[in-house]
Amino acid sequence: MNTSPHHGAAIEFRNVSFHVDGSRELLQALNLEVRRGETLVLLGRSGSGKTTTLKLINHLVAPTSGQLFVDGKSTDEWDVIRLRRMIGYVIQEVGLFPHFTVARNIGLVPQIEEWPADRIRQRVQELLQLVGLDGQLASRYPRQLSGGQRQRVGVARALAADPPILLMDEPFGALDPITRAELQREFLTLQKRLQKTVVFVTHDLREALLLGTRIALMEAGRLVTVLTPEEFFHSTEPLVAAYVDAFGTELNGGGKRGLS
Amino acid sequence: MNVWQFMLQNHAEVAELTLEHLWLVGVSTLLAVLVGIPLGILITRWPALNKPILGSANIIQTIPSLALFGFLLPAPWIGERADRLAILALTLYALLPLIRNTYTGIKGVDPAVVEAGRGMGMTDRQLLFQVELPLALGVIIAGVRVAAVISVGLATIAAAIGAGGLGEYIFRGLAMVNNQVILAGAIPAALLAILADISLGWLEKRLSPG
Repeated sequence: MNTSPHHGAAIEFRNVSFHVDGSRELLQALNLEVRRGETLVLLGRSGSGKTTTLKLINHLVAPTSGQLFVDGKSTDEWDVIRLRRMIGYVIQEVGLFPHFTVARNIGLVPQIEEWPADRIRQRVQELLQLVGLDGQLASRYPRQLSGGQRQRVGVARALAADPPILLMDEPFGALDPITRAELQREFLTLQKRLQKTVVFVTHDLREALLLGTRIALMEAGRLVTVLTPEEFFHSTEPLVAAYVDAFGTELNGGGKRGLS
Repeated sequence: MNVWQFMLQNHAEVAELTLEHLWLVGVSTLLAVLVGIPLGILITRWPALNKPILGSANIIQTIPSLALFGFLLPAPWIGERADRLAILALTLYALLPLIRNTYTGIKGVDPAVVEAGRGMGMTDRQLLFQVELPLALGVIIAGVRVAAVISVGLATIAAAIGAGGLGEYIFRGLAMVNNQVILAGAIPAALLAILADISLGWLEKRLSPG
């Protein structure tokens, strides 16, 4: 998608606020740009507005005020179905359809886009390989897979129609530490190859430092700051420092990655 | 003469009444499925219709069956023939479990699954037919099962307005003060109910995901 007259921003929030009727603001005057091909990590505690920010992008929720541009076009002007089909969406493993086989889960967007059947089959095999899964698994059901396998299927499903943008909501949150580390590494390799614009939600600083091109720290519905992992680690901004401190011992224990 | 001898002697009539009974139950359950499931889907889409629709179905349930047959008697076309009347009444009774189970079945689908589908750009229609209905199917079949079993019982009353079915024997036996004749209607009716319960129960298990 290079149709945008806009500078490098794939996604741009302009003064976006969101609240549910009568309740407090879940998101306040957010201004944020996601650049093409970068992995922007939304970091913050539960209730900080990370997931809401993500759902605004694929219009699962609509801004109460302000404007949001995807590919240079306001989300109000997008045909919402078209918009969502060019955005891959990965959530925790529960998002797989339990009554669909792995192949049907992965081939979902191609199927609703009415690709011919053999092209879908071919694409499914390609994707299984891409995310490191055995082609034999295509006929299994999600409940017959391990947590790590399910999450790989989730990633494959999001990539199926080759969308330029990928939204990932704590995709590795429910995995055991070893599998998580494995999938994080694979994500990095994959992202180097595919160069998608990725918005990645996590509350895990380690994951943010490892995967993010930039990290956006959120707190109580506000964006605190956007920094590169290196800047983030050395920042004196109190909220950032507090976050780093909270993870401090764990990070010093070997988490500080080579920031090359 | 015991009930078995009676049934054996009148086996042609027993078979005929059983078939009539099956027809009343089958047609009315089918009609209730055709009306109840769309209504159940409708109230998941327009919550404002939830109360009036479920409320009406509830009220119908509380009307005694004989009275309902009587109410429907003046209806044009329907009132002309006893079996039409009986089928309409049985259909109305079967609506509640179907509407309610369709509604709760769809509402019970994991919201994360529905949101994932929506987030990937499925239309409302695609979500309904590919995700919500298949995942709600077990609960919906459970509704069909309840409706069918209730209908088998209620259909015996239809004999009171001359619609036939196994109720014929029950009413005849009551008039004759003859338990054998009553049982000749009651036993096959009970067997039908058990059969409907088992077969639809099997289907429910087969079609439940997960």
